[in-house]
Formats: sequence, structure tokens, C-alpha cells
Amino acid sequence: MLNVSAAPHIRKGVYTEEIMTDVCIALMPSACFGIYYFGHRAFLIICISIISCVLSEYIYEKILKRPVTVNDRSALLTGLLLGLNLSAYVPFWIPAVGGIFAIIVVKQLFGGLGHNFMNPALAARCFLLISYSRQMTAFFVDGESKATPLMMIKAGERPDIFDMFFGTTAGCIGETSVPAILIGAIYLIARRVISFTIPISCILSFVTFMSVYNIMSCGSIDGGYIILQVCGGGLLFGSVFMATDYVTSPVTSSGRILYGMCIGTLTGIFRLSKGLPEGVSYAIICSNMIVPLIEKCTMPVPFGEERKSIWLKNM
Amino acid sequence: MRIKECYPGDILKYPLSQHIGESAVPVVCVGQKVCVGQKIAAAHGKISANIASSVSGYVTGVEAGKEITVKNDGLYTVSDGYGEKRNIIGTGKSEILKYIYEAGVVGMGGAGFPTHVKLACKNSDKIRLIIINGAECEPYISPDFTLMVAESSKILSGILVLLKLFENASAVIAIEDNKKEAIDIFLKKTRHIKNIRVKVLKTMYPQGAERQIIYSVTGEKIKMNTLPQDAGYMVCNVATVKAVNDAVCESKPLIKRIVTVAGDAVYKPCNLIVRTGTEFIKLIEAAGGLKEKCEKIIVGGPMMGKAVYDMNHHVTKTTSALLCFLKDEVSARACTPCIRCGRCAAACPNGLVPLLMAEYAIKNDYNSFIKIGGTNCMGCGKCTYVCPAARCLTQMFTAAKRRIAEGRI
Repeated sequence: MLNVSAAPHIRKGVYTEEIMTDVCIALMPSACFGIYYFGHRAFLIICISIISCVLSEYIYEKILKRPVTVNDRSALLTGLLLGLNLSAYVPFWIPAVGGIFAIIVVKQLFGGLGHNFMNPALAARCFLLISYSRQMTAFFVDGESKATPLMMIKAGERPDIFDMFFGTTAGCIGETSVPAILIGAIYLIARRVISFTIPISCILSFVTFMSVYNIMSCGSIDGGYIILQVCGGGLLFGSVFMATDYVTSPVTSSGRILYGMCIGTLTGIFRLSKGLPEGVSYAIICSNMIVPLIEKCTMPVPFGEERKSIWLKNM
Repeated sequence: MRIKECYPGDILKYPLSQHIGESAVPVVCVGQKVCVGQKIAAAHGKISANIASSVSGYVTGVEAGKEITVKNDGLYTVSDGYGEKRNIIGTGKSEILKYIYEAGVVGMGGAGFPTHVKLACKNSDKIRLIIINGAECEPYISPDFTLMVAESSKILSGILVLLKLFENASAVIAIEDNKKEAIDIFLKKTRHIKNIRVKVLKTMYPQGAERQIIYSVTGEKIKMNTLPQDAGYMVCNVATVKAVNDAVCESKPLIKRIVTVAGDAVYKPCNLIVRTGTEFIKLIEAAGGLKEKCEKIIVGGPMMGKAVYDMNHHVTKTTSALLCFLKDEVSARACTPCIRCGRCAAACPNGLVPLLMAEYAIKNDYNSFIKIGGTNCMGCGKCTYVCPAARCLTQMFTAAKRRIAEGRI
């Protein structure tokens, strides 16, 4: 007796775990730079975060007697992303708590992989930022307390542009080095894991927003300021690795453009507001929540139909 | 790939439903002697097609509604008038349609829609373009390509027959750019014919469906509720056109076709000229035999074909290929949760969002399924092919569409 099944009978052979592995590989340059620059503490933070995420998923699924899905490597990726989004000088329990929150509260309680409506790593980061803001906003370089470039800009200083580009500044482990992030981005795009739609739309809309703000506030565009804003904070890291998370981003390319624009604009608004020098995490989380709305507006047009009739149908 | 004749074996079976529409009705009885090309089952109802014997011998079994069994005597004596040449110049439209009807020609691209019904459309003078579909976009299979290379003049003659039916139309032979040899042949042969062109298409899947190929050739998107012929297009597969030529110009019913036997489980993949009714095992034998650990056999292409339980099946008018695989890629992986990567939405040729359709199909929410256009899915399988979560999307949609069609919602 032969195997039978309904068509199609062949598969492309690119599976979830390979995609997750690809993203992890793309994060390696950033992780390596972070470990090189911030020292062994960065390595430990990343490890604790990964172990916490993978263990939480394993234990949760064991307790609930569900199939264990640790092998799909999504928990590993969440752990890695969370670790790279923390300062290297947070207490060691911070990544552990963050990992548990990311996996259990944000991911598993909503139904596991594919069902979370927020990016787990980012939601955990925001949770940590709100709950333990003192520990989370203490940045050090070589044992000395130091402000992040965006904090310096807020305080009216001008950080060095080369430091900011290469990442030799204070900040989270993964977000400081622009070249490392770009290498990861090129790898992901070359492997067709992500398209450049979301990152480009994020950054362009952020630049546009900042330019408009510049013109409105002082009448001219301050190019240097905008470049510093783009390189600083988690904008690049967020738009390449966090905003492109499949589960929490729209599925069509027009939706993705709109979603990127939301993130860029919201980041701009948050950064200009008083309290927050950063804001990418919150911008992405907020945009995650309007994804269903975006998707409703950007349903593709079925072959042979006109857009107008589709709009009427969806209303 | 080489092309050769396949020995049909001693016992041939003719399923009475080899086409879309009602089953044909047997017109022979057990023990009766039949010849090559003799009608053994007649069309019944509006949409149906005749079936002819492909060998000479004796009828050994007649099961109404199911199949007719013929024992091959190996002599291949032909019936009266078989192979008689006809000149189409003096032949009228209704006569041409009658010959096609008598020969039992059906759409050989896979659907099996009776050709005489399709060609007898009401407003034949409104047809502007006849598209001869030589796209053959599914991987692995190549019977149309083989036919285009081997029988190009018969295909051209068939096109002339079609042009006679649709006086205001011109014809386009659409071939994908990976079939260089066929393109060259037809470019050369149509150089001096004014109303037959060759259109080279980019190789992609899916492209062979009527609306898709019309879009590829003309850039016009035909609405889902419009028939291509109402928009002025007639699409015919190259093998169907060749069968039309055989029926009209050579008085030969549809009793032979080209079948690809391929896959990693056969020793010598090849294209075979096969008589309808031939047992699958004979095709495998002609392809050098089957390797021991064959896991799956597919009739048709790997994207839309049907998997079979065993070899106890027979070639019909629409059997385009027999694919034998050592490993079943589908059973090798279980379905995992959707990660919303959007690959399916990007892949869908009909502009649908399969991941959303699947969500509704699982919930049995068929109204929402219809609302987002789920019934427009043509089952090409591309979404399922690209899905990294190995979800059985096309399968869900096929089931949902069937339920909707049966009114079980």
C-alpha cells in the first residue's frame, strides 16, 4: 500500500525552525560585537535570557501536557532577542524574569507560537522597563556610569557620530553597532527571511517625521541630528529584527509598509516627548496592536476583481 | 527525454467517467468483438463524451457506471473508416463539432471537459483569441512539451480546425521560455501564417489555468464570475488541439496520449505514447521498473495530481503523468502552527490570503470563507508548497469548497 494524500505532493523544504535559525544567525554579528565591547557580562546576560526562555517554554508545556515545541527554536530566538535588548549591566535576575514573562505571559497564555499579538521579547522588555526602571536604565561602559547617546541628545549634548555608528557607546547589548545590524539585515534579506519593506518603511517614515519636526521647530533640516537619531537607540535593531517578527506584523506587503510607517512615526513622537529618550520598543508594541486593523484595510484584491468592490465588501 | 510506445498489455480497462459531466453509457456487451477506434461507450446527457476502444479484442466485462474491460488480441485491427483522411476546407462547423463529439475528445490538460461542448459556445463569432496552452507549468511532467516537439504539424493543423470554428479569432501558441525547442519549432512553422502567433511566457507556476494564461498572454484579468469565452477567449491545451486534428482530419478517436513516467523511484524516466486503458504497471515496466522503496505514486503533476493507493489503475484520457517517489515529502512532516509569515499570501496567484482562509475553514466559518474569496481558490497548491509550517492549506480549502458546493454550510 502506498502513501496517499491530497495534492500538492511536494514541499519547498523551508521550515519554521530553519527560519528561526536564520534569524539567530543574523543576530550573531550584533551579539558578538556586544560581547566584545561590553565584556563577559553581556555573554552571561544573553545566556541567562536564552536559558530562561527555553526552560519556561519546556516546563510550561510539560506541566500542561502539551507537545513540547522547544525544537522549533522560537523560544531560543525570543531569548536571544531579549538578551540583546538589555543593558549588559542589569542584575542577572532581570533576564531570567524577562524570559519567563516573555514566554509564559506574552506567548503561551495566548496560545503559543503564532498566536501572540505582541512580540514576546519586546513586551518583556517593556515590562522590565516599567517595573524595574532603575536597574534597566543604568548604563555603564568599562565600569563607569554613562548616558546613552539619546540621553545625551536629550540633555543637549552631541555624541560623536563615529562612536554611534560603530557602536562604541552606552546602550543595550545588541543595538549599538550599526555595521553589525546591517550585516544581519543583509543576511536576512539575502536568505529571503524578511523583505526590506518593513525596515525601510520604518526608517524612512522616522526620517520624514524628524525632518518635518525640524522644519516646524527651527525652519531647517538638521541632517546631523537626524543621522544621530537613526543610529542611536534601538531604531535600526528594532526595525530589522523586532518589527519584522512574522507573528506580530501584517502579512501583505502593503500592510507591512503601513505598519512600518506607524512604527517610524510613533518612534518619532515618543522620542520627542519629555520622558522617553528611546521609544522604539513602545512604538513597535503599539503598532503590533493595530496590526489587525491594518490587515483589514490592506486585504489584497482577488484576481479579476476591482479594489472598490473589495472595500465595500469589507466595510 | 526519449519518447517511445508503451505495450498496452492483455487486459485494458476503460472507466466510463474519464471526463467532467455524466458517465458514458456502454454500447457493447460481454463477448462482443471490438476493433481499434470502435465506440464502446456513448456520451449520455449534455456534458459527456464517447469512449473508444484503443485495442482490438473481446469485451470481457461491462459494469454500467463504472468500467468496461477489453481483452487485447494483439492484432490491432482497426474499425471501419479509422484513419481516413478528411479535408477540412469543405467541412462545415456543425460537421467539425460532430467529428469532435464522435471522437470523444476532452480537455487533456487535466480537467477533462468535453471539447465539443466547449467549442460549441453560443457566440462563436465573438471569440477574438484562441490560446493554445503549451505552458505546462507543473514540475516533473512534460507530455505537452514532448508532443509539441514530436507532432508540431498536427497541432498546427488542429489550430486551423479551431480557426475555422471561430472565424473572427486569431490564435496564439503560449509556451513557457524553458521549452526552447518547442518555441523554435513553432516560430519557424508559423512564420508565414498570418493569424497564428507564438507567445513566449516566463516560466512560472501556476500558469496553465484559463484565467492565468489569458492574463499571461494578454494582460487582461477576467472576473471570476465571467467565463473566458464570454470575454472573447478560447483556451485549449496543445494535446487537445492535436486530438481535435486527429478527430477531424484523420478520423481517429481519442485513444492514445503521451504520459510522462518520472520521479526518483523509476529507473528510466521517459515519455510514453500510451493507449488509453493501459494498466499503470505496463507504464512502469516501460520506464525500467520501480525501485523497491517507492512510497508514493501520483497521477498527474506533483502540485495538483492525485495520489493512488496501488498500481491497479488504468490510463485515461486525462492521465498526463505517473510520478513515483521514494520519499513522501508530505507525510514526512507534521503540521505546525501558522507563524503568519505571509508567504502564502505572496504566493497566491488569485490574490487571496490563504492563512486567513485556513483560519475560517478550521472554524467551519464558511460565510467568512466565502466573503474573503475562498471559493475562488483553484487549488494550485502553491501556498501549501511554500508554507514553512507545513500546513495542509490546499487540502483544507478543497474540503471547505466541497462543503460549500454541497450546501452543507
